[in-house]
Amino acid sequence: MSTVIKAKINKMLDKAEDPSETLEYSYAKQMELLQNVKKGVADVVTAKKRLQLQQQQLEKQVVKLDTQARQALAAGREDLARTALERKQFAQTELQTLDQQVVELEAQQQGLIDKEQKLRSKLEQFRTKKEVIKAQYSAAEAQVKISEAATGVGEEMADVGLAMQRVTDKTEGMRARASAMEELEEAGAFDDNLSLTAGQDDIDRQLHELTSGSQVDDDLAKLKAELGSGSTPSPALEEGKRSDQPTRPGA
Amino acid sequence: MIVRIATEDQYRLPDADAERLNELDNQTVAAVEADDEDRFHALFEEMLQLVRTDGHKLSDDELEESDVILPPPDLSFVEAANEFTGDGLIPD
Repeated sequence: MSTVIKAKINKMLDKAEDPSETLEYSYAKQMELLQNVKKGVADVVTAKKRLQLQQQQLEKQVVKLDTQARQALAAGREDLARTALERKQFAQTELQTLDQQVVELEAQQQGLIDKEQKLRSKLEQFRTKKEVIKAQYSAAEAQVKISEAATGVGEEMADVGLAMQRVTDKTEGMRARASAMEELEEAGAFDDNLSLTAGQDDIDRQLHELTSGSQVDDDLAKLKAELGSGSTPSPALEEGKRSDQPTRPGA
Repeated sequence: MIVRIATEDQYRLPDADAERLNELDNQTVAAVEADDEDRFHALFEEMLQLVRTDGHKLSDDELEESDVILPPPDLSFVEAANEFTGDGLIPD
């Protein structure tokens, strides 16, 4: 397996025939890579901000859906409470994924910056070394030694390129997921306006599929225990009834 | 011997580690061929750890070609399946 990777990297190198040309080639290539890395880091930052915004929205929804589940149960509407808990469960699962992705993006951002700095210092080293070698060795020996050093730099460049490619692929994947989440939100998957009207069937069915039933059952049992299973109607009943009015905050 | 973990760093390892690395590599490839994802992750992680703990990172002023290049540490099972051909770490 590793040999396959190595063959690929060698192919990416596209080495200059004359090692003394390699420095010029490396600098031109380095400038290109540098632009790519800068763009890559900017993309990562943008993706991260978007995910963080989604996190905030989902956190609000979790609190809201939990409140609604309590209200529904207090009002004796177990069906509505279950729907609210299913949505809450779904939102929580998404939140966990988002947390992981933000951590991952932060690591990628730092990794790219580190790689870029390493490549810079290796190139600088190559430039210095080349002059030293030329001064100390015969022309033929110098040719060999410079060529070796150039291979080291070339491999480093190929590796930075690979790191860039992987970050780009991942960021794109996350962006696609973020878009899908936004669409789901628009379609009302996290809508606080709970009702069991027929129009909601599609989303509810999807939520049934996406959320684990047992977790929802557990949550429901917990809520029942908290509220006392034979709870008398309380002011929460009024709240529960009002919940079919849109009460989205600032959205 | 010099080993690069792709997208991470280069390490200088005692030559004695080559055999162990090759053995782990063969097992990793076998795990992928057997479609055993858990075993693949465990073995690949063991390989990475061997390089990281037994090896010393090359400093920025060392310009060396790697003898071996390991795939990126975040290699997925699907990527591994596409990447591996069944050849070992050290070609025959």
